[in-house]
Amino acid sequence: MSEQSGIKFDHVSFQYYSQAEPTLRDINLTINAGEKVLIVGPSGSGKSTLGNLINGIIPHNYRGDLTGTVTVDGINVAQSSVFDLSLKVGTVLQNANDQFVGLTMAEDMAFGMENDDTPVPEMHQRVNQWADYLNLKDHLTQAPQSLSGGQKQRVAMGDVLIDEGDIMLFDEPLAALDPATGYQTIKLIDQLHSEFKMTVVIIEHRLEEVLTQSVDRLIVLNDGQIVANDTPDAILKSDVMQKLGLREPLYIEALKAANVDLNQVTHLDDVEQLAAPHLEQQLAKLATGDPKQPHAASQPLLSIQNLKFGFADQQPLFKDLNLTINQGDHLALVGQNGIGKSTLSKLITGFLTPNRGQISLNGQPLMNDSIKERADHIGYVMQDPDKMISQVLVKAEVGLGLKLRGVSDAEIESRVNAILKICGLYPYRNWPIAALSFGQKKRVTIASILILEPAVIILDEPTAGQDFRHYTEMMQFLTQLNRQGTTLITITHDMHLMLEYANRTVVLGNQGILADTNPVAVLSDTDLCQQADLRPTSLYQLATRFNLNPQTFTDLVIESELGGASHE
Amino acid sequence: MNNNLFGYDHQNTWIHRLSGSSKLFFFLLVSIIAMVSYDTRFICLVLVLSLVLLQQSHIKWAQIRLVVKLIVAFSLLNLVMIYIFSPENGVAIYGTKHVIFGSGFYALTQEQLFYEINLALKYFVTVPLALIFLITTNPSEFAASLNRLGVSYRISYSVSLALRYIPDVQNDYQEISRAQQARGYEISKKGKLMARLTGAVHIIMPLIFTSIAKIDTISQAMELRRFGRNKKRSWYMQRPMTKNDDLVWVATIVIVIIGGWFFHIDGSRFFNPFK
Repeated sequence: MSEQSGIKFDHVSFQYYSQAEPTLRDINLTINAGEKVLIVGPSGSGKSTLGNLINGIIPHNYRGDLTGTVTVDGINVAQSSVFDLSLKVGTVLQNANDQFVGLTMAEDMAFGMENDDTPVPEMHQRVNQWADYLNLKDHLTQAPQSLSGGQKQRVAMGDVLIDEGDIMLFDEPLAALDPATGYQTIKLIDQLHSEFKMTVVIIEHRLEEVLTQSVDRLIVLNDGQIVANDTPDAILKSDVMQKLGLREPLYIEALKAANVDLNQVTHLDDVEQLAAPHLEQQLAKLATGDPKQPHAASQPLLSIQNLKFGFADQQPLFKDLNLTINQGDHLALVGQNGIGKSTLSKLITGFLTPNRGQISLNGQPLMNDSIKERADHIGYVMQDPDKMISQVLVKAEVGLGLKLRGVSDAEIESRVNAILKICGLYPYRNWPIAALSFGQKKRVTIASILILEPAVIILDEPTAGQDFRHYTEMMQFLTQLNRQGTTLITITHDMHLMLEYANRTVVLGNQGILADTNPVAVLSDTDLCQQADLRPTSLYQLATRFNLNPQTFTDLVIESELGGASHE
Repeated sequence: MNNNLFGYDHQNTWIHRLSGSSKLFFFLLVSIIAMVSYDTRFICLVLVLSLVLLQQSHIKWAQIRLVVKLIVAFSLLNLVMIYIFSPENGVAIYGTKHVIFGSGFYALTQEQLFYEINLALKYFVTVPLALIFLITTNPSEFAASLNRLGVSYRISYSVSLALRYIPDVQNDYQEISRAQQARGYEISKKGKLMARLTGAVHIIMPLIFTSIAKIDTISQAMELRRFGRNKKRSWYMQRPMTKNDDLVWVATIVIVIIGGWFFHIDGSRFFNPFK
């Protein structure tokens, strides 16, 4: 490969016409051909903008002031086009579902070639070849939407791999995936990298998962500038991540909790290889503490009995589901993509009607209550905030529920302000919602449910699309509510969230509930993890490597981390 | 979710194996000439042909029962309306008046009856043709067929993309509607009519925003895979033209010529047995 190949940013600044400040400022960055690079940074740091400058979406589709030059494989991005660049840079969008255009999987993979006017026999041959490589051969005539989470992700990759460009760009590839699928995706990316010598750029904040495979370089963005650009090992040793409020992998938190000097650790970026003098003793010392006592059982609040439900023409999702949620629980609902976690919430809130079974709150059956009547007691924050928002201004949206319940204007005003302050949205109270970021919108929807003071809140992936600082703020806030008596049900793929904040985990599987126990116990059960597409965290790996009890070890690390957080 | 909007039935008859564009060409031209012509002999000929094709394509009565019944009902309604609004149309066309019974403006004439029978035949001739096209053509081939008949591929693709997104939009509508109810709009039967109406209005805005966001992403995804780059594109599902396809094109043209030849004998679009 020539000197020219690879990606080069030379004094690049970019400001969207719609923004008052530049999003990227004087970026100088070289990504060599064949390198695998991970870009991290808080929300609004300019990560996605940086990615869009590589595939040409900026400046060709999103208008703004661009200074400096971005060169991809020797081509000046500004003077090229999205079309031409797409032959060099394959972009996999955040949500695979949104990028499907074909009626069948095979057509979807062929879409790029169709647009190049490729002869039909060649298209069939290449689709077959790549479907074979990605292990999708049996699904060629299926609609891409009907595939499993992991298969969808592989189709999305196949869509662009088929162009056989040298560069692959992934914009938050793990955002919608369960832990096991996320891990497989990262492994597949690594395989492509080593097998085809591709240049790989990954934008992602789930470091714990991405670092399960080696990464050549970690680039940290903050406020439109590169603040660190080094090997993962070096950056993890420094305090950059902590300073910016970015989440480090869990095993690093464990090392810190055990007072290990990170500068003396070798292979810090790989939990299976890291080593340091006296490491074993220090970790063992940490693991001798007393883990927290499990929560005492309290009053049952929400009970589900003999629930049966299935969509028309499909296998039933739940055959005979029984579950009791107690007053004050913070329950994490986990399981693989498409197993019915959101469906269960919709059955509880009345969005869907079960084929059979009873749901009751405080002993009162809910089956005859309308969605609105149930919503007075059970709040449901959907995954996609756009589906909930119907007002123009933040203030109006948050106060809508009260207004419709006939509360006086003065009271609405004061309660809205109070909630907005708690959710960190008070400065935006008079903003149009359309101008907010995804994470902020999500908080608006949480605020608009909280204001109704429901006894139970169901949160569907509350932290998706949030950076670690907002994530921590929101989870601490929810924990506070939980302590004051609000029962929480959180649907999540985030094992870290489950370990840290939930006191109970329900694992959904094909046969209904696979397990109902405390979070640490779930991740310590290898068989269960495999069955439910969960994945033990790096803490588990670290504990097993040093012959510690993973369950106690995890408990103690999490406890020490939470203790540290509350002192800040 | 499968995309069975057209009721496509995966089978393997010679009609299924034809290229979608040949079937579309046949369906369009034969329907047009049958709609234009009022020659009973010609229409009957095409009707027999289309019934034979319907049988050849192994379409079962159960698949089309509902559609056929609906169309029959609407056609009958239409025929009655024509009689009510212009009972002398037949007389005007054929230039003679043979009253069967009744008198005055609404007298039933042989001419009117004959005219309406012709109309009914025309409706019934196109229905099997349309059903054959829809049921035997893979929806994936639909856009390709339009494109081969000269429609720009951007428009052809938009049509098929729109059809593919209908179930998604329906789904979004349901979810948004329920989310709004949870906020306090009582749209269920427990609410008052006005409250239910204002509630319904509030579903529209999130639906538009969700759809716009989707369109934005999908168009970006399409551009990232070079949709719109060239003047021409190929189609993965396009079937190669076979000898049978050539025969269909020839047959289509022959049928159109026969239709035209009947015009020539009749001296107009109408076959007039009353002369």
